[in-house]
Amino acid sequence: MNNENGTLFAPSSGRTKEREKRRSPWWEVWRRLRRNKAAVAGMSVVILLVVVAVLAPVLAPYDPNQTNIKMRLQGPSSEHPLGTDNFGRDMLSRIIYGSRISLYVGFVAVGIGAVFGGILGAIGGYYGGRLDNFIMRCMDVLLAIPQIILAIAIVGALGTSLLNLMIAVGISQLPRYARVVRASALTVRGQEYVEAARAVGASDARIILENILPNCMAPIIVQSTLGVAQAILSAAALSFLGLGIQPPTAEWGSMLSSGRQFLRNAPYLTFFPGLAISVVVLALNIFGDGLRDSLDPKLRQ
Amino acid sequence: MNGPLLEVADLNVIYKTYEGTVAAVNGVEFSLEAGRTLGLVGESGAGKTTTALSIMGLVPSPPGIITSGSVNFAGKNLLSLSEKEMKKIRGNHISMIFQDPMTSLNPVVTVGVQISEALVAHQNLSEAEAEKKAMEMLEKVQIPGQRYREYPHEFSGGMRQRVVIAMALACNPGLIIADEPTTALDVTIQAQVLELMRSLKEEFSTAMIMITHDLGVVGEVCDHVAVMYAGRIVETGSLEQIFGNARHPYTLGLFRCIPDIEEETSKIRPIEGLMPDPLDLPSGCPFHPRCPQCMDVCRTIVPGVTDDGGHKVMCHLYGKGGAAHA
Repeated sequence: MNNENGTLFAPSSGRTKEREKRRSPWWEVWRRLRRNKAAVAGMSVVILLVVVAVLAPVLAPYDPNQTNIKMRLQGPSSEHPLGTDNFGRDMLSRIIYGSRISLYVGFVAVGIGAVFGGILGAIGGYYGGRLDNFIMRCMDVLLAIPQIILAIAIVGALGTSLLNLMIAVGISQLPRYARVVRASALTVRGQEYVEAARAVGASDARIILENILPNCMAPIIVQSTLGVAQAILSAAALSFLGLGIQPPTAEWGSMLSSGRQFLRNAPYLTFFPGLAISVVVLALNIFGDGLRDSLDPKLRQ
Repeated sequence: MNGPLLEVADLNVIYKTYEGTVAAVNGVEFSLEAGRTLGLVGESGAGKTTTALSIMGLVPSPPGIITSGSVNFAGKNLLSLSEKEMKKIRGNHISMIFQDPMTSLNPVVTVGVQISEALVAHQNLSEAEAEKKAMEMLEKVQIPGQRYREYPHEFSGGMRQRVVIAMALACNPGLIIADEPTTALDVTIQAQVLELMRSLKEEFSTAMIMITHDLGVVGEVCDHVAVMYAGRIVETGSLEQIFGNARHPYTLGLFRCIPDIEEETSKIRPIEGLMPDPLDLPSGCPFHPRCPQCMDVCRTIVPGVTDDGGHKVMCHLYGKGGAAHA
C-alpha cells in the first residue's frame, strides 16, 4: 500500500475563496465514497443498525426476556412479526436487542485489536531491528492459530463473560492490525518529513503519533470496518458454542444455538438471527471495500 | 559569545555497508560565526549532507558511524551529548531545511501543526499559543496566516518550501542548515525563496550553512565558501577569495563548468572523469585521477592545507615545497 504524498489524497481542484468549505482530505474521501453505490448502501445498513441498536427500547414491541408459555413457538403473525421462541419470547424484540450486543462486541473487540495491534505495529515498524522482529514473530504465532480456536482458548482461560468475549475476539484480531500498521510505518519511516520532524527535535512518541499513525489511518480504517464484521461473526460463533453470551441475554449467536433444537418445526427461530448476522456482515464488508477504494484510489480497477 | 558559533574539527564519518566501509567524510574542518552564511559546495556524494547530518546528530546509524572529530556549537561539543540533550538542541538552536518540499512535509497533517511541532517540543507553548505563533511564522514567509489549517497538497512547490522554512525558523535557532533548499524548485521560485531566506536570516540574525551544488546560489547568499570533494574540504575562504581567486584545480574546474553567456560555446566543459568510488578512495590526493595539473607527489601523499589569509587550499600546487606557487 502506497501512501505517499498525493496518492492517498489527490490535490483538490481550483479553490474558490470563501464559498467552498475547506477541503480536508476526508472531504475528498467522502466525495469518492459517495460515487460508490454499493458502499453507500452498505454504510446505510450499518447506520440503520446502529440506530436500531440505540433505539432498541423504543422500537422493540415486547420485552425481549418476557416469557409467555402459552405463546411458545408461534410462527410469524401480525402480533409477533418474527414469531416467538420456545419460551414464548418475541423474536423481533430479541433480534432488535441482540443487535446491541453484536455491535457492541464488534466495535469494542475491534477497538481493542486496532489500538493494541496498531501500537505494536507502529513501534515495530518505526524502531525496526530486534524489537520489530520480536513483535512480529509474536504476531506470527497468533496468526498461526486459527482465530476461532484462539478465541475459544482465551475465553476458556478467562471464563465466559461479555468482557472476556470482547478481549478474546480482540486479541485474535491483533495480528492483522499490527501487520497493516507496521507495513505503513516502514514506508513512512523513510520519508523525509519524518527526518524533518526529528530535525526539529520531536520526540519518538510524537513522531509516531503525529507522523506515523496519521499516515496509517487509511489501512487501519479499512481493516477495522472489515474487522467489525469478522468480530461479530466470531462473537456469534462463540455464543453459538456456549462460550460467549449466556442465555437468557438476547444475542444472535446464542439465539441461533437455542433455535437449533426446533429447526424442523420452527425454522424461523434460526432463520431470522442468521439473516441478521449475514446482513450486518455483508453490509460491513461492502462498506469496508468501498472505503478502501475511496481511501486509496490507486488500488481500484 | 566568544569565538565562532560553530566549529567543526577533524570530523570523520564512515558508513559500514555490505560492500565495505564508505569513508563519507574525512577530516572536515570549518567554522562559522554567528549570523554568517557558509556555502558548502560539491558534487553529489561529496559528503555535504553527511556533514550536515553529523552536526544535527542525525547520521543514520546503522550504518553511519562518526569515528572522530568534534562539533562545537556555542561552546558545547554536540558529538558528546546524549540523544536526549540533542533533542533539545535540534529545532531549538539548530534546525534544518530539507531539499524536497514535496517529501519533507507530512501529507496528512496540516501545515500549522507541522510548524508548531518545534514550538511544542521546545517552548512549552499551549496549543493556542503555538497556533498563534505558527500563524505569525506563516505570515513571515508571506503566506496568509489563515491557511494554517490547510494541508500540504493545497500549496504550490515554492509555498511548501516556504512552509518548511517557517518550520525551521519557528524557534528562532542560532543556526540553520539548508540542504539544497532550492534544488527542487524552478528558477524563478528559486530566486524568490533565496531572497526570502536571506531577508529572514538578516531579521533573525541566524547563521546558515547552505549546502548546494549551484555556484550561482552560493554567489548570491553566502559569505564564506567551502568546496568539498570526496569527503574533504579542498578549498575554503571568503566569497571574494573563492570567486575572485579560486586556486584548487577542482574549484577551477567547477567554475569552468558554468557556461559563459558572453561566449558562444556549443558544449559546457565538465571536469573529466567521475567522483571516485567512496569504497575505494584513491591514494594521495583524492582528486588526482581527474586533476589536469596532477603531479607525481599527488598520487602518493595527501596534500596538507595551505593557509593564505583565511583562504585555505588542500593542494600540492600550493603546499610547502610545492613546485608552482601561483
